[in-house]
Formats: sequence, C-alpha cells, structure tokens
Amino acid sequence: MCTYITETAKVVGSAKGPKGWMRIETANIYFDHPFHAPLDHSLNIDFVGEIDGSTQRVAVELSADSARALIERIEAALASGEETHAL
Amino acid sequence: MSSYPSLTGECVMFKGHNDDMIEGYYAKPSGKGSFPGVVLIHHAPGWDEWILEATRKLAQHGFATIAPHLYHRDGPGSPDDIAAKARAEGGVPDGQVVGDIAGAMAYLRAQPEANGKVGLIGFCSGGRHAYLCAGSLSNVDALVDCWGGNKFADNKNNPAKRPVPPIELTEKITAPVLGIYGNDDKNPSPEDVNKTEEWLKNAGKNYEFHRYDGAGHGFFNAPRPAYRPEQAQDAWQKVFAFFQKHLSK
Repeated sequence: MCTYITETAKVVGSAKGPKGWMRIETANIYFDHPFHAPLDHSLNIDFVGEIDGSTQRVAVELSADSARALIERIEAALASGEETHAL
Repeated sequence: MSSYPSLTGECVMFKGHNDDMIEGYYAKPSGKGSFPGVVLIHHAPGWDEWILEATRKLAQHGFATIAPHLYHRDGPGSPDDIAAKARAEGGVPDGQVVGDIAGAMAYLRAQPEANGKVGLIGFCSGGRHAYLCAGSLSNVDALVDCWGGNKFADNKNNPAKRPVPPIELTEKITAPVLGIYGNDDKNPSPEDVNKTEEWLKNAGKNYEFHRYDGAGHGFFNAPRPAYRPEQAQDAWQKVFAFFQKHLSK
C-alpha cells in the first residue's frame, strides 16, 4: 500500500541534476512504490534544491538491499577518507 | 467494420475542489453513443503512464473514463516530480480529493456522450480514496476498490489531512461495491479485507469481493514485479462486467 510516510534529513552540500549544480538543504527519504525502478518497493531519496527560483530534485530509487549496501559503503568511504585526509 | 473499438484520449482541464481547474486524462470510445462514465483514481506514485493505460483500457471496453491528476496543484512540472513534492508534503487532504472526484464526476455527466451514470475505480491509495468518495458523495453509481489499504485508522498517515477513516463512512455508501484483492497483500491484508467485508455486511450493502491467491499488492501493474497476468486478466473481466451491469441504462 502506498503511504506518504517520509523521513526528512537536513543536508549540507550540492547536487547535480538535468539543469546543473544546485545547493541542497533537504533530502526526503521514503520506502514505497518507485516511479521508474522495476521494483515493487524501493528506497527513494530526493535531494531537493532550487535553481533560478524553481524547486528541483535529484532522485534515486534503490532496492532495499542495495540501499543498505550503500550505507555501508558510505560509512567505509567516510572512515577511509577522514583517515587519509587526517581529519 | 473495425476489428477493435476506437477510442480517443487527451488531457483536459475540469473544475475540481474549490473550483480549482485541474488536469485530467479523458479517454472515451469514439463515435456517437451514450457511454457510462468512470472516474479512475490514481495511486500514491501519482498520475503515471500505467494510470493512463488503465484509463484507455476502460475506454476500450466502452466506458468514458477520466483520471484526475490529484497532485495538479503541486505543479507545474513532470508528474513524477510533482508526485514527489506531494509525497514530501504528506499527500493531499481527503477533503480536497473528495472535491476533485466530485468535479470529475460532474465533468463526465456534462459530456454529450454521457449516459448519466458514473462509477469510481481506485488503485492502492486510490482504492482508499474511491471508498472515501463513495461514502462522502451521494451520486456514485458503482464503486471498484482495487487493493485499497489504510481504510481503518492509521495514526502514522497524517490525521490532519486524513481525519476520518474511510471505513467509518461505510453506512453512507449507496453504490454497489466490487473489491479486488490479492491474498498475499500486506496492506490491505486478508484480515483487513475480512474486516472491510464485515463492515459492508453489517451495513447491509450490496458488495462482491474477488480475492486472488498468488497475488499481492498492485497485481494489475504490468511494469512491476507484482504483476500477475492470469489473476489480472480475470480481475479486469470482473471489473468490466461489474461496470456494465451497474452503469448501463
């Protein structure tokens, strides 16, 4: 069943979509029916920003397994990156 | 004589809730005729290609069908971007949906090819909306609920926008009801469907349910892994027969 349950994260950074780079402050995350991915349910992330006053989003739709694998790889990249850059 | 009935499909604007002009996709059989009308209510992913295909399918089978874009007010933009914006806002208010569906029904009845009868069909959250509208509007001639979940109280689902569980409007439904459900679905689960049936039975409503083994949520949707061709083919025939029985003059 579709729901409108959405987690929202405040983020600091930039995203690149069809109209170019934009600053982003919000990521909307939900696990529900995808629009494009050939899955019944997907972990969907919309990175939301503005270009020329118009709201834009960079969207991804991932399987639950690949979303969890991505979390692990993000943690690994942060750990190795912070060590390498002595942060 | 043509091998297949002809139809036309186009985007139209119609007056919805608060007299707002919103977009809909209107597909109807070609030629002169007196056609029954159907309002097709989309699911939470939005006004997508599958919804337009289903609208044309109903037109192919003799029903002048309109699929309103319930997220129109979150535009302009592509339907998937608009749906994402609507989702982030917690969906659209039930009162607004009822107003938009009432407007869509009025649009159908105003067409020269209309026979005056209008049914509702909704998929997933659209099924919930269809049930809600059948319990809120007095001029619904038939209701088809395709796996509509969350008909009962659901505190996670924004009570400010969805104040009344649709199931509590069962007593007010005057239309005959067709329910299409997959027995592997988790929402509505078989237990949820049992409870819905109990409400309809206790209220003395005219209903028929078809519950399919080996099918879960959204089993009509061909692009998705949930698609079940045999069950979908059978269930579509049930939908056409139900609408022909209750929407013909």
